[in-house]
Amino acid sequence: MNRISDLFQRKKNNILNVYCTAGYPQLNSTLPVMKALQDSGVDMIELGMPYSDPLADGPVIQASSSKALANGMTIATLFEQLRGFRQQIHVPVILMGYMNPVLQYGFEKFCQHAADVPVDGLILPDLPEYEYENEYGAIIQRYGLKFIFLVTPETSEERIRRLDSLSTGFLYAVSSSSTTGKDKDMHAVNSYLQRLQDLQLKNPVLVGFGIKDKATFRQACEHANGAIIGTAFIKALENTPDVEGATKKFITDIKN
Amino acid sequence: MTNSTTYQQPNAQGYYGKFGGAYIPEMLHRNVEELRSKYLDIIYDPAFQQEFRNLLRDYAGRPTPLYHAQRLSQQYGTTIYLKREDLCHTGAHKVNNTIGQILLAQRLGKKRIIAETGAGQHGVATATVCALKGVECIVYMGEKDIERQAPNVARMKMLGATVIPATSGSKTLKDATNEAIRDWINNPVDTHYIIGSVVGPHPYPDMVARFQSVISEEIRWQLKEKTGSELPTHVLACVGGGSNAAGAFYHFLEEPTVQLVAVEAAGHGVHSGLSAATTQLGKPGVLHGSKSLVMQTEDGQVVEPHSISAGLDYPGIGPLHAHLFDSGRGAFLSATDEEALQAAFNLAKQEGIIPALESSHALASLEYLNPVKAKRSEEAIPANAMITKDSVVVVCLSGRGDKDMATYMKAMEMK
Repeated sequence: MNRISDLFQRKKNNILNVYCTAGYPQLNSTLPVMKALQDSGVDMIELGMPYSDPLADGPVIQASSSKALANGMTIATLFEQLRGFRQQIHVPVILMGYMNPVLQYGFEKFCQHAADVPVDGLILPDLPEYEYENEYGAIIQRYGLKFIFLVTPETSEERIRRLDSLSTGFLYAVSSSSTTGKDKDMHAVNSYLQRLQDLQLKNPVLVGFGIKDKATFRQACEHANGAIIGTAFIKALENTPDVEGATKKFITDIKN
Repeated sequence: MTNSTTYQQPNAQGYYGKFGGAYIPEMLHRNVEELRSKYLDIIYDPAFQQEFRNLLRDYAGRPTPLYHAQRLSQQYGTTIYLKREDLCHTGAHKVNNTIGQILLAQRLGKKRIIAETGAGQHGVATATVCALKGVECIVYMGEKDIERQAPNVARMKMLGATVIPATSGSKTLKDATNEAIRDWINNPVDTHYIIGSVVGPHPYPDMVARFQSVISEEIRWQLKEKTGSELPTHVLACVGGGSNAAGAFYHFLEEPTVQLVAVEAAGHGVHSGLSAATTQLGKPGVLHGSKSLVMQTEDGQVVEPHSISAGLDYPGIGPLHAHLFDSGRGAFLSATDEEALQAAFNLAKQEGIIPALESSHALASLEYLNPVKAKRSEEAIPANAMITKDSVVVVCLSGRGDKDMATYMKAMEMK
């Protein structure tokens, strides 16, 4: 069974998914950071593949991507680093990235290597549903990978239902129409999440963008199965010589 | 994937052949979908057309002249006409598009305009129409470009726009575009994004091409008045993103006897590592919301191009042009920094016209195509792109050279 489905079978609430950038802060930080996240009790890891022009991300995550690229990170290097990683990392892992590097790597080859490693799913925010249905979705499914679509407060109900029907694994609810790392009005976020909850979607819902600490995590979890933290965690890794320690402290502060 | 039925018209998903589409994150879906579902109805509404045409005439100064450049014609042994977009208000063709888009934005009920700019020409054209309509204007510009293009930054500010430096990535045009797109993501309801070229997600390439198509619409009737025929043998234009070329080619795309020649910026030379010749160096990829040819590393990271002309200094190219290249409908040449400079000085001396550095690239290609003493080119030039003494050549003179005087002064000092 896919680790993502398995997780949502076992756990319905307070699921904590944490984003980290592959190759950040050091080229070889990828596995130590993932291991520290798992050891601190994170339920799922979203592993970012750095790109020079990450449209959906804010300045903090873009800066981490630039650093990772300067460190020499590539998709090929990432798959090298992930070889054998399942001996240590058992939580579900989702690769997040942008279409251009994946197309250059070769879309099918990318899916094959992702499934071989194995990771569990993909988030490609600039792969829209038309292209997914027309060309890429079949390839992703052939390799048994989950594909997670995003919805926002501006997404119509009809479209939410459509994206929910295409999404596998879970649905990623962007807490407001924005890039990552912006503060949100949590009241507006609550009513949006309530709306999503009332739609009784087929997929579990994880909330992302603007979740940065224990309070915002708790609040997001009231109306969803869990939440995704990215920017705040990347900030916690900035300028630290001890990524394991910084990771453990950050996650402990959120969970306790 | 379905093919577009014509060169002019992308298919319903915005594809010109293999290129185009709308590769956007969900956060942009509402804005882009609103535009896609409404743009044709709005711009072909008679009241819109009337206001658009009136502003083009009374405000932008259209029609721009089609000028028979006799001394240049004599020099190259053929007949050359210059389409004088340099005489447009604000000094370049960019204003054709910004007038169209500000009227569209008003009809969409948008209260806030954002734009990206490289050299600042599109930023100035956007700030201009925002002042004209009393709308808030925010222009994103790479930090490096702000340093290099101080006069245009001052013009935008004088016109009431806020200029925000793009400090991410390489701090130039592609990063300014990223920042503008991010602003749009963060302001999904009240903001319209005026893209300056035939790039971006569908419907932008088609919409901007339609607004710029007034250039070739005028060339047809002006040429008929002067020569008795609407059709030249060649249309030459420079290409960065490709908006002036799209406008100059548009009404000739379906006329197979008209040779369309696009000239890219080769910088220090196509294979020098400092170039912006996207069709020569790029591979299919996704940049700024559409699939096109993109200059990138083997790992799919977008690379920073180089050109002496900031307006051509872009690592992508509009999907229409990628299709013209791929299908062979257009001939794609390039001119180096040095060749563009020489062409600028040549036009100034031969015709008393100081062209923009961008437009000078189109002029520089005459050195390769002319029947008198053609230079050898780095690229193979299709035989039918070559000019003869009987050719009728239209060169799109997309902008004037005032903004490039610092570069021209430096070039004169070095001589």
